[in-house]
Amino acid sequence: MATFKDFRNHVKPNWCPGCGHFSIQAAIQRAAANNGIEPEELALISGIGCSGRVSGYIKSYGFHATHGRSLPLAQGVKMANDDLTVVASGGDGDGFAIGMGHTVHALKRNIDITYIVMDNQIYGLTKGQTSPSSSTGFVTKSTPDGSIEAPIVPIKTAMASGATFVAQSVSSDIKGLTKIIEEAMNHKGFSFVAVFSPCVTYNKVNTYDWFKEHIVPIDTIEDYDETDSNAVTRHINEHEGMLTGILYRDTERKSYSEYIDGYLDETLVERELKLEQDQFDDIMAAFK
Amino acid sequence: MISQLSWKVGGQQGEGIDSTGEIFSTTLNRMGYHLYSYRHFSSRIKGGHTNNNIRISSKEVRSISDHINILVAFDQETIDVNAHELVSDGVILADAKFKPTKPEGIEAALIQVPFTEIAQEHGSKLMKNMVAVGASARLMHLHSQDFEDMIYKMFIRKGQEIVDSNIQALLAGYEYIQNKSEFIEGDFELEKVEKRDQLYLIGNDAIAFGALNAGVRFMAAYPITPASDIMEYMIQHLPSVKGTVIQTEDEIAAVTMAIGSNYAGARSFTSSSGPGLSLMMESIGLSGMTETPLVIVDAMRGGPSTGLPTKQEQSDLMQMIYGTHGDIPKIILSPTDVEDAFYLTTKAFNLADKYQLPVIVLSDLQMSLGKQTTPVYDLSKVTIDRGKMITDQIADENGDYYERYEITEDGISSRPIPGVKGGIHHVTGVEHNSIGTPNEGSVNRKAQMDKRMLKVKDFSLDKPFKVNGEKESELLIISFLSVNGAVDEAVERIDNNITVIHMRQLFPVPIEALRPYLDGAKKISVIEQNYTGQLFNIIKMNYGGHDKMDTFVKYDGTPFKPVEIEDYINDIL
Repeated sequence: MATFKDFRNHVKPNWCPGCGHFSIQAAIQRAAANNGIEPEELALISGIGCSGRVSGYIKSYGFHATHGRSLPLAQGVKMANDDLTVVASGGDGDGFAIGMGHTVHALKRNIDITYIVMDNQIYGLTKGQTSPSSSTGFVTKSTPDGSIEAPIVPIKTAMASGATFVAQSVSSDIKGLTKIIEEAMNHKGFSFVAVFSPCVTYNKVNTYDWFKEHIVPIDTIEDYDETDSNAVTRHINEHEGMLTGILYRDTERKSYSEYIDGYLDETLVERELKLEQDQFDDIMAAFK
Repeated sequence: MISQLSWKVGGQQGEGIDSTGEIFSTTLNRMGYHLYSYRHFSSRIKGGHTNNNIRISSKEVRSISDHINILVAFDQETIDVNAHELVSDGVILADAKFKPTKPEGIEAALIQVPFTEIAQEHGSKLMKNMVAVGASARLMHLHSQDFEDMIYKMFIRKGQEIVDSNIQALLAGYEYIQNKSEFIEGDFELEKVEKRDQLYLIGNDAIAFGALNAGVRFMAAYPITPASDIMEYMIQHLPSVKGTVIQTEDEIAAVTMAIGSNYAGARSFTSSSGPGLSLMMESIGLSGMTETPLVIVDAMRGGPSTGLPTKQEQSDLMQMIYGTHGDIPKIILSPTDVEDAFYLTTKAFNLADKYQLPVIVLSDLQMSLGKQTTPVYDLSKVTIDRGKMITDQIADENGDYYERYEITEDGISSRPIPGVKGGIHHVTGVEHNSIGTPNEGSVNRKAQMDKRMLKVKDFSLDKPFKVNGEKESELLIISFLSVNGAVDEAVERIDNNITVIHMRQLFPVPIEALRPYLDGAKKISVIEQNYTGQLFNIIKMNYGGHDKMDTFVKYDGTPFKPVEIEDYINDIL
């Protein structure tokens, strides 16, 4: 069985020293190994930005797609081969700006993949512009007088879009994050995992220390029920989106492909593609 | 007795105009007549003039006709808009209900038929369509039995009572004209034909059936006119092979999902029209850069922007060739007719797999939506070739990354799909080295770019175009998609040494195969449906020949009529 070392490759990440993304990469590798997945059974699909590079840093099948499009690509992979564990990953710009349409629709569609957002509340690779999750008043190169927009709160969006699995963590908590990703991979449906991942170069506000002060782990909340969507939404609002842990789980709704008769009998990759003559004749008869 | 005629039915959209044409033409198809139809419609659901024009012939037809012979009108607007197309000995069969009048100067006869009234007498005014079909059938001296059989087939699941009332309505229309026949001067009696086993379908269905036979079990698409039928066909038929379609949030998601699925080893595709293709451009580049097989169908409509969403045009060619930023290898195909649309689509999937690149199958609105008769398809002519895709475990000696982008003699590298042990590699839209790791070095860049472009540098289909005529000609005409039929018919009428080429491979431009014909022609004309002469410019760019090249274009949204091309040819010869 593969260990997390088998998910390591030869490539040295080009992230800044201290970047939150290192821990998320490690958590993905550990979670995959802990779940007993072999490297070739994992497909890691990423978008564009600092975070997008992650697919090249983990030894598994990896596809570094276009900006904002990791989700549709990852969903296509899963539709082709349900035997694969498919993880999509990207940053806050990728998932909540250019790719927001895909995020909301992936949530409502509920294809069985895991989506990990590495949220640093800033555009890092383009050297420090505001992002969809930047706080109001946040000063960046593109908002010199402070952002005048309200930030997107990813877990609220997820809850509002029909999510069946919502979790949030901070990259500094590798152990907690690993456990969350394990569970996300095992969830039958779309798993949304938002991770605060501090940018040590361009975000001097939302630092590791800042998160330590502001996050609220759900185990500190009495009688937290992760299956009660109304209560979960209320808790998220009360704590201004700073909750961490596995926040919500819908165990009743099936994943997308499970609703399609016979689709999962055999993966598309394994199928015989040529039609039989009688099947061909039957279908063609509609044109007569 | 006549060998062909053109029948048109018109009324308000949502009034059952399409179903009238459908019943009429499906019966004629079973009788063995050759058919070619054109639907005029607008971007609205109810209301607005719509018409369905069906050309019926005892010989092969591949174009709309110059004129119409019979106009069936359910409202005055239909007469006002279409009567000028009638031949002088033509006839208008109009519903007496709206007190039809003939516009000034129209010589065709006007016969009032109480379509609605007769239908009501038999149970429902909805059956006015059946009355019209019956009247038309009698006018053409066709047997009513064939239509009765069709009604039975179409309505029996609704019960015998429905069948009977529809047949009664049909026969009432039939008899009404029989009693009037002494007042009808024109000859509408169609030559009898032998029953033949043939298909009657729109190009979109031919393409979709092709995709199904190519092994597509998953499709991702977003609705758009005139491509939606392809998606709808797949939605209807994929479940029978345990496949499915995802209607995505937009065209970007559709194309990216198709790329993801192809990357993972499943044949999948998307279909759209010009606006959707514009949105897909970045991802088409991703397919080219990552060497991921991808098939896209572009059913062209009038552009630019929202343009003429329900009208005929061929103005996406330049975008298809040049739309993506950067240089990628790609293949663009254009079926010559509905028969070719099936086979060429199956071929497109093999090419995408073989060369690991985007293949665009072009269609145009008239080919996509115009129904026509065609010989039955032959399954034994369909082959499925996945190229250098690897699905079995690879001996993994050093445990390192697989050389997915290995430089090879023909530029094509092996492609293990996710799940294959020993095949792990990286895929990225960033310039990359042989194992897929980003590498922006200049030596690597040149090597990988050369590798990608080499794949189809000298690519040519076995038959990159269909040719009719000699290499030496007075005039060489080049066309593609639905214009082909009108060109053929025009050329048949002219007694001169004219060679006609119907393009099947538009890109890479098969210039070496074309050259003998281009060289041998005294004049060359590219006839197409866009403002700038896009194919004309592409050929000129690759061939030269400025002194003898001409283009004849049409961009008013309507398909070419043979007579327009005939007049043009007579002008330049």
